[in-house]
Amino acid sequence: MSEQHDHDAPASPYHTSDRTFERNEKLAERVAIIESLLTKKGLVAKDALDRIVDMYENDIGPMNGAKVVARAWADPGYKARLLENATAAIAELGFGGLQGEHMVVVENTAKVHNVVVCTLCSCYPWPVLGLPPAWYKDAAYRSRVVIDPRSVLAEFGTMLDDDVEVRVWDSSAEIRYLVLPERPAGTEHLDEEALAALVERDAMIGVAKAKAP
Amino acid sequence: MNGIHDLGGMTCFGPVRREDNEPVFHADWERRVFGMNMAALAFLGPVDRARHAIERMDPVEYLNTSYYEHWLAALVTLATDLGYLTDEEIEKGRVVKTKETPHPPPNAEMAAGLLHAGMPATRNAGRTDPAYRPGDKVRARNLEIKGHTRLARYVRGKLGTVHAHHGSHVFPDTVAHDLGENPQPLYTVRFEAKTLWGDNVDRRDCVYIDLWEDYLEPADRSL
Repeated sequence: MSEQHDHDAPASPYHTSDRTFERNEKLAERVAIIESLLTKKGLVAKDALDRIVDMYENDIGPMNGAKVVARAWADPGYKARLLENATAAIAELGFGGLQGEHMVVVENTAKVHNVVVCTLCSCYPWPVLGLPPAWYKDAAYRSRVVIDPRSVLAEFGTMLDDDVEVRVWDSSAEIRYLVLPERPAGTEHLDEEALAALVERDAMIGVAKAKAP
Repeated sequence: MNGIHDLGGMTCFGPVRREDNEPVFHADWERRVFGMNMAALAFLGPVDRARHAIERMDPVEYLNTSYYEHWLAALVTLATDLGYLTDEEIEKGRVVKTKETPHPPPNAEMAAGLLHAGMPATRNAGRTDPAYRPGDKVRARNLEIKGHTRLARYVRGKLGTVHAHHGSHVFPDTVAHDLGENPQPLYTVRFEAKTLWGDNVDRRDCVYIDLWEDYLEPADRSL
């Protein structure tokens, strides 16, 4: 199918719906009422809610996954453990918990490119990547990356040769997948901290490659 | 159920829309919705019940709303189903009747502890002896399933190869409906693009998807 055809389709419907200031205000009002009710009814403790939001906004994010990738690049023993038992190897660096209980790491090579999706909802490895970006949860990505991954990757600027095998990992159970990107050339002299700075979220989802130094 | 959430294989939603420097939350109400769902986890039940609550959304609304609106819908559906909340109370903005909870809500320390510890889906119970091994040819069963399932439509009836066995995991189709955890072997199965999408597909692509044993049958079983 030509590129032209891929873009014939309209954008995800909600992007063009009335996502207005008024709509947001209505949602805010409804959510405030529900929060007040659930707090009074003893289902939600406000301090717990605030702590949870703080954790996912400040402590848990792709910087955790980047440390895992950098360690794997720098330490062959760690990489072997990571590919053998990712949950345990990730726990070595202090990361784990909800939506990361059963981790699997898949390695990109010159001939294999991995990319992760959840076609049925939005499953994502929270402890190492944080909460997913909006595009990961939208219909456009979830529907098309399984059937036409190369066109989706091209939209992210990731062009692959025809002889590269694309493996799409659909997270339909509680296994959570993290992509180990290829180590960029010219990074032999870099330490782990400098390596981690080359690893962005999209490279660990598999829609992009690690940055060049 | 064959719902709109089962999106794999459709090509009608246009380009992927990305946002540079995207914030974790786009509005404060998104923070509160996420936090409420997590803080009330102990009362709302297993994750598959929450997924099913989203799957029960009106399909037009599902496509026309964002992720945290789905979570808001799930929160209201679950709290209502469990008798903790009514539409009347949301409309009036005040408590009409309170159903007693089994225990107080987790405080900040307890909530943080739960998130750090996680909630493993594996069990050393139920069916623990796998029927298939890596390399085995299997077929994803073609089944009519009226409630929650993780057997995506695009693999039903298709032939694949077992890639890995992950031990026994809680079965979504029953746990979402209070019919028990029914733990059973979970596998990652590889399907070739040509098998899934059409005889005219030559791309070197494949999909790996996680499937429970009840979703599979031996490849040599006649259809």
